[in-house]
Amino acid sequence: MENAFLQDWGITIMVFLPLVGALIMMLIPAGQEENHKSIALGTSLLTAAIGFWLVIDFWNLGEAEWANLHYVVDKNWISVISARYLIGVDGISIPLIALTLLVVPLVIVYSWNHIPNPGNPKAFLMLILVLHTGMLGSFVAQDLVLFFVFFEVVLLPMYFMIGVWGGEDRLYASIKFFLYTLFGSALMLVSFLALYWSTGSDTFVMAELAERVRLMDIGLGTQVLIFGGMFMGFGIKVPMFPFHTWLPDAHTQAPTQGSVILAAVLLKLGTYGFIRIAIQILPEAAIEWAPWIGLLAVIGIIYGALGCLAQTDMKRLIAFSSVAHMGYVMLGIATLTDFGMNAAIFGMVAHGLITGMLFFIAGSVKDRFHTLEIKRLGGLLLQAPRMGWVLGFCTMASLGLPGLAGFWGEFPAILAAYQPADGISAPLFRVYMVIAAIGTVLAAGYLLWLLQRTAFGTPSDEFKDDPEITDMVFTEYVAWVPLLVLIVLFGFVPHLIFDLTDGTVSGFADAVSALGK
Amino acid sequence: MSGTFVTLVAAEIERPSIDWHAIAPELILLGGGALVTVIDLIWLERVRKLIPTLTSLVFLVALIPVITLWADGSGLPRGLWIIDENVPATGVWEGAFVVDNYSLVLKGLFLLSAYVIVLLSTNYMSEGDYYDSEYYQLIAASVLGMLVMSSSRDLISIFVALELVSIPAYLMAAWRKRDLKSNEAGLKYMLMGVFASAILLYGMSLLYGIAGSTLLSDIAAAIDIGESRPVITLGIVFTIIGFGFKVSAVPFHTWAPDTYEGAPTPLTAFLAVASKAAGFVALINVVIVALPTQANVVEPFIWVLAAITMTVGNLIALRQTNLVRMLAYSGVAQAGYMLAPLAVYDGISDRATSAVVTYLVIYAAMNLGAFAVVIIAARKTRSAELSSYGGMFNYAPGLTLAMTIFLFSLAGIPPVGGWWAKFEVFRVLTEGNRTSGIALAVIAAVNSVIAAFYYLNIAKQMWFLPSPDGDNSRIAIPPALLAAVGLTVAATIVSGVLPGVVSDMTDFVNVAAGQ
Repeated sequence: MENAFLQDWGITIMVFLPLVGALIMMLIPAGQEENHKSIALGTSLLTAAIGFWLVIDFWNLGEAEWANLHYVVDKNWISVISARYLIGVDGISIPLIALTLLVVPLVIVYSWNHIPNPGNPKAFLMLILVLHTGMLGSFVAQDLVLFFVFFEVVLLPMYFMIGVWGGEDRLYASIKFFLYTLFGSALMLVSFLALYWSTGSDTFVMAELAERVRLMDIGLGTQVLIFGGMFMGFGIKVPMFPFHTWLPDAHTQAPTQGSVILAAVLLKLGTYGFIRIAIQILPEAAIEWAPWIGLLAVIGIIYGALGCLAQTDMKRLIAFSSVAHMGYVMLGIATLTDFGMNAAIFGMVAHGLITGMLFFIAGSVKDRFHTLEIKRLGGLLLQAPRMGWVLGFCTMASLGLPGLAGFWGEFPAILAAYQPADGISAPLFRVYMVIAAIGTVLAAGYLLWLLQRTAFGTPSDEFKDDPEITDMVFTEYVAWVPLLVLIVLFGFVPHLIFDLTDGTVSGFADAVSALGK
Repeated sequence: MSGTFVTLVAAEIERPSIDWHAIAPELILLGGGALVTVIDLIWLERVRKLIPTLTSLVFLVALIPVITLWADGSGLPRGLWIIDENVPATGVWEGAFVVDNYSLVLKGLFLLSAYVIVLLSTNYMSEGDYYDSEYYQLIAASVLGMLVMSSSRDLISIFVALELVSIPAYLMAAWRKRDLKSNEAGLKYMLMGVFASAILLYGMSLLYGIAGSTLLSDIAAAIDIGESRPVITLGIVFTIIGFGFKVSAVPFHTWAPDTYEGAPTPLTAFLAVASKAAGFVALINVVIVALPTQANVVEPFIWVLAAITMTVGNLIALRQTNLVRMLAYSGVAQAGYMLAPLAVYDGISDRATSAVVTYLVIYAAMNLGAFAVVIIAARKTRSAELSSYGGMFNYAPGLTLAMTIFLFSLAGIPPVGGWWAKFEVFRVLTEGNRTSGIALAVIAAVNSVIAAFYYLNIAKQMWFLPSPDGDNSRIAIPPALLAAVGLTVAATIVSGVLPGVVSDMTDFVNVAAGQ
């Protein structure tokens, strides 16, 4: 049984506690920087404490219960449109919530002595906390309007983080990020409304809508169009080729903390939305769309990999590798099978941990060398051996070395493409499978190349005697070790996540295969 | 003849009693405004400092009967006369003046907006070398016109109310009389306003000529003939054009940017919010009550108006470098969104009305707030140029945050108010799967992305760029302006996070016709 307190208040407190922290910080003058850091860290730790209590309590419910929604709170919110404050968690939201709960405190720890220019930790940390609420809210919302609101809340802090604390081209990158995502979500909103009107116009609850779409006779053409609107909203967020162009700019210009959160959690809002909303509600349209999603996914894998090979900037290279990795996630989703979607969720978590780590390292390298230009770097293993080894470890994880988390996101997704759900052309997906497999070779290429040019060799003359270049410092240990441990843990014990997600995902997959037959 | 005379005499004897409660808001405002004038006349300079406080008190006191009428909702709608205790709905002039939930929401909106406008004006007026007390008396007169407008269900009372709203505003637009721009603002506004009134009157006279009555419900009955006749169409089109000037719909918007820029900024806020809302109220009253059967004429006309208003307004706003002019054009574009529900009102007039009123309420909060920030910032920078907002995040973070909230609300991004206003408009447009509605919804969606660009451009100036002259001294915010920002921020956030607070009020909206 769920703990009674968690049942009534757990999720709500977890979601809104960061916002409370931000409000408290608002009242404290900006000069008291240490206080701001402590409050931000305290808030995020308290949020994590409640959140992980919830996660553990959920775990203890037992495997049979993981497929269902728990800790459901259902309150009237906007009665004229029957939008509800309906929140709850199940097997597919729990891993992503845990990831968010973990990453945000680590980012705040890292900020302790890494506040990017032009300073002002008060505003910076407040934005991270607002972001925290938006991300957690998106993963627990079970009502489309509520989801939409949280989904948008995430936009604002990110825009300001890139615009204020970003690199040289931050103005361009921030507005590009914002307008792209806004365009996607405007169409997504129109889709939500169309769904609302075509299902009797008295509910926005996801599960209820899915039920109605199943029972009511809604034309396939309409469903495909509605799915198309959602596809734009989520696809831009993921981002899928050809909507990915905002990502390299945003990542490169964002401050380290922004990049980490963007890579670790924000991109997952898109893939999560596909599974939770688009596929759950419109499985029939999903079958129609699957070949196209699969196509864009494999184009993304190859294009992202080739993009990586062409980069001269370390951060931009990691950003392009995100495009490729999210391609595997989307390929897994496009198979619409139990196996593929499980792999996709695992891929989300793994990518969050690994790419988050890579951005952390890139940020620390930038702090020391004041550049991320690959050809000027080199010899990291000599100058900062520990950081060099961590970079090596993360590139191995990122290219999908068995035994580390990245493997379990990539390999099953490729495998799943061998046999997509009924109703989807299997030969086509086998072609995709081959292309995706080639992508892993390219991934090994660009990642090892990156490692070779930055970590191996001898330091260039320009940095040889630079006293600023030191090995890892305390905050970096604190921020990085948990991520590294988890990368190994999930690499060896992948069923920790697979077991959690399987129940919910197979429910969605069954709905698809029932239609495909 | 004699029979009629006898009836008249009898009516004279059995004269029904006046429903004082129903017209209490107007009476309080009338009495209060007169009182402020008299006090000013008697004590002159000695009370000059008190006049704004007194005026704002008058607005708040006038709000009390609005609230009690709302709380006493069972008796609604009610008119001016109580002819029969059991049938309170019948008003004087046979229903020209109707108090219903719809008009009460709007009266509350007008009074609260006026209260905020007074807060915005207090320092501006007393620190500049302006006629001070007269300004507040004119505001009170204009607001009185708005209250009457909310209850008007008759062409004559609508026209009188509209003029009562406008004429004081012509004067106030030219209030900075030593500034050529302000003179231009006043003159342009007056000439265009008078022109619009003439067109409006012409349209009204055609409608009256057909119906033989000025009462909206009579007109509705008279033109329900199952076919369209050129003279009816002409009357409708001219009437809507007349209102189009008041709400600054394209192509009747040309006065707005110049007037907004030249007028004293608090008055600009008044024009952009309250005066525009009054125009919309008049339009709703006429369209919903008098023209329910004329959708085939009204809908296409308003559809085109809405589409070009939002598109042209947004595209021109993109090019502005002066914040007040940008807000003026953004106001034009927002008027396009507000017109949109009236382009699909056939059969869903209650929901179309409630969407427009929802938009008006939220728009009032966020736009007044934006103007409040402009007024505060101008106290330091002495400028409304966009570039002068650079670096504000460094020296006025609180103000920057407030402005950001207003801007994101105007852009329609959750969780601040504007998204709900837009959502309601989209909901009405997509209802019933009509091609025209969905097409307009798509145009509106594309427009919101365009609009986001220039709203974000302001945010970019404030957050990302350094201040142009390197002056990072703090801004001292007087309490009145601080209160105005606080109220509007609270309203903007609450209406976005708990849209139910707004929708509970506007959901009842159903424009009661006089009988």
